[in-house]
Amino acid sequence: MTVFIIRRLMQAALVVLVMSFLVFSGVFLVGDPTEILVADDADQAERQAIIESLGLDKPFHIQYLRFLQKAAQGNLGESFVFNEPALQLIMDRLPATMELAVAALLISVVLGIPLGVIAGLRPEAAYSKIIMTGSILGFSLPTFWVGIMMIILFSVQLGWLPSTGRGDEIHYVLGFPTSLLTLDGWSHVLLPAVNLALFKLSAVTRLARAGTREVVHQDYVKFARAKGLTDRRVIFVHVLKNILIPVVTVLGLEFGGLVAFSVVTETIFAWPGIGKLLIDSIGLLDRPVIVAYLMIIVLLFVFLNLAVDICYSLLDPRVRLQDIKA
Amino acid sequence: MAKSDVPTLEVRNLQTHFFTRAGEVKAVNDVSFTVRPGEVLGLVGESGSGKTVTGFSIMGLVDEPGRIVGGEILYKGENIANAPDERMRRLRGNNIAMIFQDPMMTLNPVLRVDTQMIEAIQAHENVSRDEAWERSRAALEQVGIPAAEERLKSYPHQFSGGMRQRVAIAIALLNKPDLIVADEPTTALDVTIQGQILYEVQKLCEETGTAMIWITHDLSVVAGLADEICVMYAGKVVEHGTVDDVLDNPTHPYTHGLISSVPSRNKRGQPLSQIPGMTPSLLNLPKGCPFKTRCPRVGPDCDIEPEITHPVPARDVRCHYPVAAGEAAAVPTPEVTA
Repeated sequence: MTVFIIRRLMQAALVVLVMSFLVFSGVFLVGDPTEILVADDADQAERQAIIESLGLDKPFHIQYLRFLQKAAQGNLGESFVFNEPALQLIMDRLPATMELAVAALLISVVLGIPLGVIAGLRPEAAYSKIIMTGSILGFSLPTFWVGIMMIILFSVQLGWLPSTGRGDEIHYVLGFPTSLLTLDGWSHVLLPAVNLALFKLSAVTRLARAGTREVVHQDYVKFARAKGLTDRRVIFVHVLKNILIPVVTVLGLEFGGLVAFSVVTETIFAWPGIGKLLIDSIGLLDRPVIVAYLMIIVLLFVFLNLAVDICYSLLDPRVRLQDIKA
Repeated sequence: MAKSDVPTLEVRNLQTHFFTRAGEVKAVNDVSFTVRPGEVLGLVGESGSGKTVTGFSIMGLVDEPGRIVGGEILYKGENIANAPDERMRRLRGNNIAMIFQDPMMTLNPVLRVDTQMIEAIQAHENVSRDEAWERSRAALEQVGIPAAEERLKSYPHQFSGGMRQRVAIAIALLNKPDLIVADEPTTALDVTIQGQILYEVQKLCEETGTAMIWITHDLSVVAGLADEICVMYAGKVVEHGTVDDVLDNPTHPYTHGLISSVPSRNKRGQPLSQIPGMTPSLLNLPKGCPFKTRCPRVGPDCDIEPEITHPVPARDVRCHYPVAAGEAAAVPTPEVTA
């Protein structure tokens, strides 16, 4: 296990290095930020001074090596726009996004698995067909449209829930700001979290249903029933533990997706997270922030993959981590 | 073997049908037999003859779209056909246990063996975990698993096929059932392991007085194990009698065909005789006797469904033209054209 984790971390370092090159060169090609950063009425000398101060006059490979050198020291560059370290900007906003993603993940798991199991146990029942139709809507309706509709219904028409921001009552837990300790915070997170969760919820539901349908016909489920176990024990222990394996895999990877692609939801609900920061930074060609953001996301995915593999070995005794050639 | 008056299980005219989109499949269509304490009944037939569905009907484990539509299953005099779910749950694993065909599939791969054994005890009795664990250990030793204590902490994939089947048998024995339904439990095992398991199961049944229904397609297994034999064809019992009687002197042409298709040393060098054709689709059975399309003795009466007759004493046969004793050669061995 330890050997497996160490080997995995070394691979992760390589992945991060390759990604940094791709991201850096990609962003380098996208456009020249000077046009946006330099005021229109600046003269040639001022313009030149700004370009030099940002290091944009150097050739690509020098810029990249300089970036790597600083990155190794934990400095992913300073934002052109905010004049703050890019990493700091992201870290300031990351907790809000994490909060949103965790809430969305909880919703998908807490609702998705039971719905999927119910639909899988009685696939012909009317309620199962309703669940499956709902899941098709869930991942085919565009997130932004659903988000806007939710705001119109719950915030504007009914006035039940706030439509923007994460509330004012921010508390610190272990140094991380969170608004989930108060009812007000939950009322703020509910709409965006449901919006963000909708796609994953549908995926989890379908996955749990497919898993259930497969597992209930296995001999070991019939044998469990032949032992005289209650239906409850058969479903919650024998079936559930088996369908969790694919669900955990997908959820682990999807969680990275939730964090990385919460952009749309954060924009609609004015949620002060990294997704919104990314959109703003792309608009302003704020290169260090974009690069830093993508690097963080790469790290997140690498870490989640590792976590999924470890969960796997806990759920399925047949998996031995040493054997996995990742 | 002591035979008491109240049979452990009496199946009367059992009918289990499956209501599929293509039509009604009469998987079990009028099956009757009786098993007394300590007795082993062999239920023999080809794939699709309804023997497994008979077993599941007794367990109350027939899945949708199947249903028991007629007949009675009397467990110690109580009719348990279509009994309420909770009543069936209490009987299953406690009074009537089942062993499945494929040992690689019967144990849940993600649960430890002790979990799977302890839950089987605690489903029926209010005992402590420690006591249940101790009983599980004793059951594993009973079926000949060495280092039972260690093995209890293992997962199923750490066992070989034969060992897993022993574990399944140990689970079936945990609550000292009166009846065990064994659905081809040795088919998936190699011959040496099969021999060991058969020997041990027989010994356990004799020791505990457990009655057993042994479902198989292998006549040689039944010959050594069973007291009585039911030969099933297309959902019906076509011949029923004591095992020695039936095997020595089969009267139904189907039983006759089955027995003559078993390889033996006397037939060395000769082509094996076989029953021509295949089991008919249960959706589309021929009118009258379902075996008539494959039967070498087919005659004009075969368009009428045969009733049970007793051509020899203590034998139930469904055939208009049963094979008489000593007449065996009269059944022509079909030409092998393949």
